[in-house]
Amino acid sequence: MLDSYGPEAKERMGFFTDTSVCIGCKACEVACKEWNLVPEDGLVWTGESYDNTSELGANTWRHVAFIEQSDPLRWLMSSDVCKHCTHAGCLDVCPTGSLFRTEYGTVVVQQDICNGCGYCVPACPFGVLDKRHLPRQDPPALPVLTKEEDGRVWKCTLCYDRLKGGHEPACAKACPTDSIQFGPLDELRERADKRLEKLQAENWNGARLYGRDPGDGVGGFGAFFLLLDEPEVYGLPPDPVVTTRDLPSMYRSAAIAAGAVVAGVLAAFVGGST
Amino acid sequence: MGSNMAENHPVGFQWVMEARERGARVFHIDPRFTRTSAMSTDWIGIRAGSDIAFLGGVVNYILENERYFEEYVKHFTNAPAIIHEDFVDTEDLDGLFSGWDPEKGKYDPTSWQYAGMEAHGAAGQREQGFETRGEQSGHGGHGGGLQHGEPPEEDLELKHPRCVFQLLKKHYARYTPELVADTCGCSVDDFLEYCSAICDNSGRERTGAFVYSVGWTQHTVGVQYIRTAAIVQQLLGNMGRPGGGIMALRGHASIQGSTDIPTLFNILPGYLPMPHTETYGDFQNFIDANTSPTGWWGHFDAYWVSLMKAYFGENATEGNDWLFHELPRVDDDNSVYWTTLQMLDGNVKGYIIAGENPAVGNSNSKAHRLALAKLDWLVVRDVVEIESAAFWYDSPEIESGELRTEEIPTEIFFLPAATHTEKDGSFTNTQRLLQWHWQATEPKSDCRSELWFYFHLGRMIKQKLAGSEAPRDKLIKALRWEYPTHSAIQEPDAEAVLQEVSGREIESGTFLDGYPKLKADGSTLCGCWIYCGCFKDGVNQTARKEPYWEQGYVAPEWAWAWPANRRLLYNRASADPDGKPWSERKKYVWWDEEQKKWTGLDVPDFEEDKEPGYVPPDDAKAEKAIAGDHPFIMQADGRSWLFVPQGLEDGPLPTHYEPHESPFDNSLYSQRANPRRQQFERPENPYNPVGSEPGSELYPYVATTYRLTEHHTAGGMSRTVPYLSELQPEMFCEVSPELAKEAGLEHGGWATIYSSRSAIEARVLVTDRIPPIEVQGRKTHQIGLPYHWGSRGLTTGGAANDLSSIALDPNVHIQEVKAFSVGIRPGRRPRGAALPRFVEEMRSRAR
Amino acid sequence: MSSYYGRPVIKEPVWQPEIPWYFFTGGLAGASSVLSLVARLRGNEPLARRSLYVAAAADLVSPVLLISDLGRPERFLNMFRVFKVTSPMSVGSWILGISGGASATAALLEATGRLKVVKYAAEAVSALTGGPLAVYTGTLVADTAVPVWHEARHELPFLFGSGAVASAGAAAAVAVPREHAGPARRLAVGGTIVENVVMQAMEKRLGMLGEPYHQEEAGTYAKLAKACSLGGAALIGAAGRRSRFAAVAGGALLLAGEAALRWSVFKAGFQSARDPKYTVAPQRERLGYGPSSATETNV
Ligand SMILES: Nc1nc2c(c(=O)[nH]1)N[C@H]1C(S)=C(S)[C@@H](COP(=O)(O)OP(=O)(O)OC[C@H]3O[C@@H](n4cnc5c(=O)[nH]c(N)nc54)[C@H](O)[C@@H]3O)O[C@H]1N2
Ligand SMILES: Nc1nc2c(c(=O)[nH]1)N[C@H]1C(S)=C(S)[C@@H](COP(=O)(O)OP(=O)(O)OC[C@H]3O[C@@H](n4cnc5c(=O)[nH]c(N)nc54)[C@H](O)[C@@H]3O)O[C@H]1N2
Ligand code: SF4
Ligand code: SF4
Ligand code: SF4
Ligand code: SF4
Ligand code: SF4
Ligand SMILES: [Mo]
Repeated sequence: MLDSYGPEAKERMGFFTDTSVCIGCKACEVACKEWNLVPEDGLVWTGESYDNTSELGANTWRHVAFIEQSDPLRWLMSSDVCKHCTHAGCLDVCPTGSLFRTEYGTVVVQQDICNGCGYCVPACPFGVLDKRHLPRQDPPALPVLTKEEDGRVWKCTLCYDRLKGGHEPACAKACPTDSIQFGPLDELRERADKRLEKLQAENWNGARLYGRDPGDGVGGFGAFFLLLDEPEVYGLPPDPVVTTRDLPSMYRSAAIAAGAVVAGVLAAFVGGST
Repeated sequence: MGSNMAENHPVGFQWVMEARERGARVFHIDPRFTRTSAMSTDWIGIRAGSDIAFLGGVVNYILENERYFEEYVKHFTNAPAIIHEDFVDTEDLDGLFSGWDPEKGKYDPTSWQYAGMEAHGAAGQREQGFETRGEQSGHGGHGGGLQHGEPPEEDLELKHPRCVFQLLKKHYARYTPELVADTCGCSVDDFLEYCSAICDNSGRERTGAFVYSVGWTQHTVGVQYIRTAAIVQQLLGNMGRPGGGIMALRGHASIQGSTDIPTLFNILPGYLPMPHTETYGDFQNFIDANTSPTGWWGHFDAYWVSLMKAYFGENATEGNDWLFHELPRVDDDNSVYWTTLQMLDGNVKGYIIAGENPAVGNSNSKAHRLALAKLDWLVVRDVVEIESAAFWYDSPEIESGELRTEEIPTEIFFLPAATHTEKDGSFTNTQRLLQWHWQATEPKSDCRSELWFYFHLGRMIKQKLAGSEAPRDKLIKALRWEYPTHSAIQEPDAEAVLQEVSGREIESGTFLDGYPKLKADGSTLCGCWIYCGCFKDGVNQTARKEPYWEQGYVAPEWAWAWPANRRLLYNRASADPDGKPWSERKKYVWWDEEQKKWTGLDVPDFEEDKEPGYVPPDDAKAEKAIAGDHPFIMQADGRSWLFVPQGLEDGPLPTHYEPHESPFDNSLYSQRANPRRQQFERPENPYNPVGSEPGSELYPYVATTYRLTEHHTAGGMSRTVPYLSELQPEMFCEVSPELAKEAGLEHGGWATIYSSRSAIEARVLVTDRIPPIEVQGRKTHQIGLPYHWGSRGLTTGGAANDLSSIALDPNVHIQEVKAFSVGIRPGRRPRGAALPRFVEEMRSRAR
Repeated sequence: MSSYYGRPVIKEPVWQPEIPWYFFTGGLAGASSVLSLVARLRGNEPLARRSLYVAAAADLVSPVLLISDLGRPERFLNMFRVFKVTSPMSVGSWILGISGGASATAALLEATGRLKVVKYAAEAVSALTGGPLAVYTGTLVADTAVPVWHEARHELPFLFGSGAVASAGAAAAVAVPREHAGPARRLAVGGTIVENVVMQAMEKRLGMLGEPYHQEEAGTYAKLAKACSLGGAALIGAAGRRSRFAAVAGGALLLAGEAALRWSVFKAGFQSARDPKYTVAPQRERLGYGPSSATETNV
């Protein structure tokens, strides 16, 4: 996937988020916001356990989920993030090339290019990306064509700037329990396999890897997880598929449909008087 | 237990997680199922305020089932010591120990002494007999007044009916699993599971540790909570050994530092006692009274004189008793709560609040706000305008009309403080590690560090008083007050202060390498004897940052631990009486027969060359009086104390008392709560009816208060920060589905929670994480209240401390905010003047 | 409850009302340019000319709608930074750009009567891209994770295409004198019939995922679309030839129906994105799992 970088290509980097050791401290959320200057976006108490950020979005690039289960009493915590998919729907559909794949194999939005067309938002099978509706920071260049709100989409960059500087991402750095592990993806996968084996040997109820498999619908995640329950319990899709996997057949249908339009018009002229 | 480590010490909790990963069993015993419980292998829910019953049950289990570590108990603890024949236990006096004076409301501890000896205090204990208030200054009981290192009467067989071991057995015999379950509201099975687990995890090959924080301390019997754990750990042989111990996870970044070099009223640096008004005659008497004839407190004079030399330099001389007679005196409890009540009575004119927010953080915060409004002047030094600075125009009392801005006489000065990133300095963490941090950026505008403020304040006062002849100014004039400064704002050099704290030989100016070098003749100076050596060799030892993976796991090259860079106190106990490690697996410090010295992974907490077989001669003094097989060298007898003959205000053995405010009677004794607790019943601090008293049904639930990871204490540092505020944006209460049903509360809706003091509102979080409990055959409920909110900042809300009362532990004057009684009802609280009316109405119904 | 506190698994699109309107105008433009060229070739000049104008007008409105929907309208030119086959929006932008440019050019030349050859070329380009323009929006929405769109990926181009054809017919039926509007009327009626058949078939095939199309707002629009399109088509079919009024009223009704159809599809997408069950259930089924264990944990 990094062929186009030639010699500049780096090892593919990613995350293994092991939720079995996540203590729900939200240091990752705060560190991400601090480092990336992601704005605060509302003081809303949800009553959904200790989670008041609710979901990933333009202003939440790490999101810690809290799931209270009563029988047996469990409190699952899990820090979600952009999956940096091998086959990334967001990247595929972006018409401007704003979304791109970095030399580390991560998926990043170039904020100076994104025109806020919003296509990537519903294209992501995980609901990661969203448009920022907060007031824009830069002064409008073309007043007629300008909106008040930021209007671009934002998501985790896997701390592209830090990676370039040889640092690990802010969230991983802040995580006290190493629930967020950063590293070369191959290594992480190996580590995760061992971890799963250990947990299964210890009879951890429901432990499973999510997104580790390069054969899945998005070709494996660059940021994958160890979960303790089914993905949807955490608000994750059980079998995500990159939408563009079906694109060839979609184009075929579209081509036929376009042909049908012409055929239909032609047909309208058949028989009747002109 | 009594700690929510994952939430409040998340960085340290990584090691617990690692231990769990390596197979350790982690029990969390807490009224609530918290983020810590979620990460633990086991959780046991108990009623807030019942831990002594629980741990007492553990003691009973250990003794009944003979699970104690016999060799350790016999040699290293005071189990064999025989106690005074006049001693009578609570079991025989229905909840009181012998020596209770109902008139004074205090104990005379004479009958608690070891048999065959005269009462005598160790450091800081001497004044216990004083009338003023039984103020205990200095931390803990260090001595016992032994003339040489052994209790006069012992029974190594542990059979004598008055030996500590037998007393212990008798005292805890009634703490059966059934009693534990019925008092704490847990199940017998869970309790027994826990008992067998910690016993299995102790002995030669294994050790177990306790972790506690303010879930244990903030009770009217807080000190005794920890004492109970200490008994368990001594019986199991878990003290002074790697992987053992009782870890106090402390609070604010340098709260340990602020007790070592205290911000407390009753001690001076290094736990030296602050002199009293009713003091000891002359200086020599003071020294004698505080010097333990045996153990390391035997060098009290050297520590004292070195401190005076650090304060006053050449102005302190042997001839003027090192200025002892000029020192200020403690004349009463003088703690923050006492002072606040004095304020209410108009006896305090001016007050400085620096780095504290009593209008939110102190129990019965309303009383604090009312008190501040009685001052002539108030100085608040803080990084934000906190509730304690803004109470005069923004507080529940302004809203209710109980305070009127134009009628408040207090003149308030707000002085902006620099934050930790804007100054150099050291933090002393919970492990006694002094860790240096460097300034990252200059303070903005008028913000100044504490060091800057107090240095320049002192300098200016000294300047003003330079010509004064008034006797009261003598001490200030005598103060040595010179530190190099740097930068445009003339910031004092923090390292220079650390050097003074570490100590020097005065003549040569050389840095001292440890407290054994301190002298009583005035030739050394040292700002805090336990910190002596932290600038050894002229190197800032606290600034060392060698990671553990580049050294051993003990990591002696990371920062500096007091005393003597020792990471584990009393570590001689990690070896058996003969000096050999208890086991290969648990070896830590041991006697090297060839080199004839103690050695190991850590700095031995023992005289290096004292042989394990050393028996002190009869005339030995100080540390020389401690035998070679007695590791607890700060104690006069070198043993750890299962039974505390002296040093505690409320008894030599922990015993279960109900919290000051609880909806239950004591099922063990008719003495309901700690008889020695500090109570202050007055109009600003009324108490709820309790136990079986009429009216207690109006406040039927057990409330407990605590922290959230997302906020910090009274909120000045978190409710003002957007990234934290959005994570927990509103005050809420945690209730069980059953309680919600019983009280008609709706998840996500509002509740009003009330006590005799006030009422607050909170959003309702219904959760299975705070299940109902069954106590004394009665099902009841607990209500969880985070205490971070107040009226200012980005997120505002009811302050839990508006509900709590001022009722204190007698030893350390800490407030009981971990268990008190409240009522709850659906809906928002009454507004304005209706609020005090509502509270009053409930109270009158209760009467 | 099939997810975390019942929250959506995927994000709802952020597209604003401009977008369904654009689906409508884009379709109208595309099909009209085809209609125009075929009419031209068949010698129906009035139909050819008027349809060209309709196409050009719709082609001019379309980018305005699209630009106005952008979060950063001043950066609309970034659409032409790259040509990305994997992005139907990129492909579509180029199609719209070319088709719109061509039909506008052709219309201008038509009106001014100049540069015949260029005009023919432009007409040809416009008509050639007209088909794709009429259908690509179906593929555009289908190429997302929105369940009711993605699963309908093979029907949507036909639905949008037939709708486009119907609207082109309707517009021409309104704009062109009755005697020249025969093919237009047939197109309107035929398109409507095909469209409604496709819709029916699509909902049926989608099964559970068909639900959002007739629920809530989408359902209202769908009903409106059906009533208007069928009503309009009926009116045109039955009386359009005889009555100018019927042609205009029927055409207008039909156009309204076509707009409503786009709105219905648009809204159905939002609805299905909002309700996690449409994301989770089909995926679990795909994996061969039973009902989800996700339950609401808080009372
Ligand atoms: N994020 C964050 N971290 C902090 C702080 C903060 O405000 N925020 N504050 C710092 C400070 S100053 C301190 S002192 C420490 C305090 O650290 P902790 O002591 O861990 O703090 P708390 O949350 O007050 O109380 C701990 C637990 O005690 C439980 N508890 C209450 N009553 C009882 C009882 O009777 N028995 C038992 N066994 N448990 C009981 C509560 O349910 C709670 O879970 O944290 C420090 N760390
Ligand atoms: N109900 C209930 N009450 C409790 C507790 C509980 O568990 N329950 N816990 C108790 C405990 S353990 C504690 S520690 C207290 C804490 O209570 P407080 O100490 O009263 O509360 P904080 O909010 O920590 O106040 C510290 C203040 O110092 C300011 N500050 C920060 N840095 C500096 C500095 O460098 N200089 C100066 N001058 N100011 C600075 C901060 O802005 C903040 O306002 O609360 C106690 N009260
Ligand atoms: S998770 Fe979503 S946003 Fe992230 S790379 Fe994959 S498709 Fe793109
Ligand atoms: S919103 Fe921005 S990043 Fe997303 S698809 Fe459009 S241009 Fe690309
Ligand atoms: S990698 Fe960087 S941008 Fe992504 S969630 Fe972590 S801190 Fe935020
Ligand atoms: S920082 Fe780590 S432990 Fe804390 S919430 Fe994030 S992932 Fe979990
Ligand atoms: S006090 Fe806060 S910042 Fe410091 S280590 Fe603990 S969690 Fe981190
Ligand atoms: Mo604290």
